[in-house]
Amino acid sequence: MPLLEMKNITHRFEGLCAVANFNFQLTQGELVGIIGPNGAGKTTVFNLITGVYRATEGSIFFNGDELVGKTPHQITKMGVARTFQNIRLFKELTVLDNVRTAYFGEATYSPLEALLHMGRYRREETKITERALELLSVFQLDNAASELAKNLPYGLQRKLEIARALATNPQLLLLDEPAAGMNPNEIKQLMDFIGWIRKTFRLTIILIEHQMRLVMGICERLVVLDFGATIAQGLPAEIKSNPKVLEAYLGEEAAK
Amino acid sequence: MTYILQQILNALQLGSIYALIALGYTMVYGILTMINFAHGDLFMVGAFFCFLIAVYLQLPFLPTLMLTMFGVACLGVLIERMAYKPLRAAPRVSAIITALGVGLFLENFTLALSPYPKNIPPLLADKTWMIGSVTISSLQIIIIALSVSLMLILDFIVQRTKAGMAMRAISWDKTIVPLMGVPVNKIISLTFAIGTGLGGAAGMMYGLAYPVIDPYMGIMVGWKAFISAVVGGIGNVRGAMIGGFILGTVEILVAAFFPSTYRDFVAFTLLLILLIFRPYGILGRPSPQKV
Amino acid sequence: MADFYKNILERWQNISTHRFFWPVFFAAGLAFSIVASAFDILDLYLQLILIYVGINIILTVSLNLVNGYMGEFSIGHAGFMAIGAYTASLLTVNVFPAGALNYLFPLAIIAGGVAASVIGLIVAIPSFKTRGDYLAIVTLAFGMIVKSGLENIEVIGGPRGFLGMSKLTTLPWVFFWTVLSVWIIRNLVYSKFGRGVLSIREDEIASDLMSVNTRQVKIIAFVVSSFFAGVAGGLFAHALQFINPRMFDIIKSTDILIMVYLGGIASIAGSIIGAVIYTILLEILRPLGIWRMVLMPLMLVLLMIYRPRGIMGMREARFFVPLRDLLAAKLWKQKNKEAPDASA
Ligand SMILES: Nc1ncnc2c1ncn2[C@@H]1O[C@H](COP(=O)(O)OP(=O)(O)OP(=O)(O)O)[C@@H](O)[C@H]1O
Ligand SMILES: [Mg+2]
Repeated sequence: MPLLEMKNITHRFEGLCAVANFNFQLTQGELVGIIGPNGAGKTTVFNLITGVYRATEGSIFFNGDELVGKTPHQITKMGVARTFQNIRLFKELTVLDNVRTAYFGEATYSPLEALLHMGRYRREETKITERALELLSVFQLDNAASELAKNLPYGLQRKLEIARALATNPQLLLLDEPAAGMNPNEIKQLMDFIGWIRKTFRLTIILIEHQMRLVMGICERLVVLDFGATIAQGLPAEIKSNPKVLEAYLGEEAAK
Repeated sequence: MTYILQQILNALQLGSIYALIALGYTMVYGILTMINFAHGDLFMVGAFFCFLIAVYLQLPFLPTLMLTMFGVACLGVLIERMAYKPLRAAPRVSAIITALGVGLFLENFTLALSPYPKNIPPLLADKTWMIGSVTISSLQIIIIALSVSLMLILDFIVQRTKAGMAMRAISWDKTIVPLMGVPVNKIISLTFAIGTGLGGAAGMMYGLAYPVIDPYMGIMVGWKAFISAVVGGIGNVRGAMIGGFILGTVEILVAAFFPSTYRDFVAFTLLLILLIFRPYGILGRPSPQKV
Repeated sequence: MADFYKNILERWQNISTHRFFWPVFFAAGLAFSIVASAFDILDLYLQLILIYVGINIILTVSLNLVNGYMGEFSIGHAGFMAIGAYTASLLTVNVFPAGALNYLFPLAIIAGGVAASVIGLIVAIPSFKTRGDYLAIVTLAFGMIVKSGLENIEVIGGPRGFLGMSKLTTLPWVFFWTVLSVWIIRNLVYSKFGRGVLSIREDEIASDLMSVNTRQVKIIAFVVSSFFAGVAGGLFAHALQFINPRMFDIIKSTDILIMVYLGGIASIAGSIIGAVIYTILLEILRPLGIWRMVLMPLMLVLLMIYRPRGIMGMREARFFVPLRDLLAAKLWKQKNKEAPDASA
């Protein structure tokens, strides 16, 4: 059974068809890239999987369970986590609290236990805090734990966003342009880093990216979107020489 | 039948005043996404300006109206420049709290200067006509006609003039439009001037229709007008007019069929129910949230 | 000299974060307030002011939960206060036996809180469907409905109001309820629900995507907030021994808002400071008569312009922070020093 299966997914914003008849399968452990020119509908695909938008048509299965119609936090609890194209950290919260917030779904204590700080609250909070710090130390962010997220340098903010996503304990991680604004050297580091978290956390990953270097370097398979339509799918090498893809990108280049 | 006609007339009168005030809320909200909670008190200031002009300058009706609108508009722009402008980059609630503060200041300052309610002297020779058995007063006609013409002028300004286009552009997009050479500060001041000027006109008309004025008169009327703006769809100019007339009608109808003390209760409950089913009001639309 | 102050500050921080600080503070305060009110150490006027300070702290802390921590904008707090005030008063005047009032008073207060929170739940469910200023509008209309609703119920006095309550609100009771509400709201803030509340303010969509059940969290925060508004209402009614619907109108809600934003959003210490300063300043400026009411809003506007987040603005006094949160990072560093390759 595929980990994620999207069947005939179509999404329209009042007339604008952002994703058209999208079909996609993902097996456990894969690292797949979604590429395409600006406005192609890549982020919309992530929003549809995570329940931010509800697909106009079609269905999405994760481990055999239908995702369409579920709320984002339900979907996150089922094992899908993501980052955002334009970093969306909780800016005024500390680094530690950014990560601890993501344990919401896992903590089981009730509102009443929280109001009175009863036993289960204390046990679980201690555990959550420790695990959050452990996770941060894996990302070498533990020294900044009590820093406000907005005060971190850009690169670390991106890292923190990934750490926060991993705190929800996902099987599937969706990365939306993680290399945006990075120089080639940083991109190289990021590539290694993604490979490493993938192994360490046994993740399946979908990656949206404009940086061809990154995509071609680490993705096992690529999907190319253009104006919402899937114009190609396949191995990076095939995609590189696909005339349709070249046209989509060159067309965009020529327009600029 | 005559009773209903009579009530319709009353509803139009009250509704047009609400609509004029609601326009101020909606215009400012549209352009700054800020609820100007001092607006109801500017309406009150309008009534007091009218009182001062009528008593001390003893001008006729039209000049009094002009002067009142001009005075309130100046006050509105002054408040915007001094109290709201420094807060444009601050958290949105700071501006709302400031507006509440400005409102309280206007109320209490007026109260300090004028501890007793005032009577506006009649500015117009009040004639009443009987058509069938419906009583129509000239004042009623003038209030309705004047409000409607002010609204038509405003609608023309917003829809057809360059300044109106700029207003709509800013309320549509707050990041790009300023970069395209639209003089944002000037347009915001203009919006405040028009919005509060209309509020001032409403204050004057209210004072003529219900002649006892006091410093706290703007609170209830202001909140009700705000609710009208919301019912019409806040940020939407035509919505505010519709909302004002709806609220006026509801209030008059309730007062006609229930004890008059139930008026606020039933009116607000109905509005709340309407909002549950149409959260964005009659003409409002949810603003798209991009992720 | 600077060292001297630093020393004291450090001492205070050590003491205030001690495990026994809260229980000892609570016991001492309660003992003092009992003694003070029993032996007339404080004159009655001073006691009354302290009672109002306490009630205002409860109102401010509870509204701060929704407006400061969660970043929503509720303007109907006085409405919930009214529900608590009328419920508790009806119970003590018409239901409870007069002989046992002293013992049943806490029950009346709790009932007031429960009634307010049930209504809070009813308001919250439709209000949080959409974002933006929707809550402001709904709570505004709600406040109006409560006021005009009460004015139309003749059995509770209608617009003339309701009286007959005994003076059950004493300094010890106010102290007890104030500390309790501060403690409970602080507990909520430092829990997964509290982080949910904060993350909703920061970025609701991201919060939902990080597994926070945003709807549940908002409703919990709103219900807790209205519960304590109801408690404050009950205390208020039995301090003044007379209530009428106009006491709980929009002006009262505005008062509470001012205390919240004066003291500082998202801060318990700030709420306390805001309530204390506002209540006491109003008393001190009383000789100014009406000009006091001109001065206060002017000060508020200036404060907002120069310090838009209030005096404390998102900062917290350390002794409101649970030890776990205060020391987490520090302890972690120590642990890592002991075992340097733990993170490798
Ligand atoms: N909430 C929304 N409302 C209306 N239109 C939207 C919304 N979100 C996205 N769109 C439109 O849908 C199309 C696809 O957007 P999407 O963000 O998925 O593109 P993308 O491939 O991620 O582009 P980029 O590379 O710039 O991030 C665009 O035309 C965009 O303007
Ligand atoms: Mg995108």
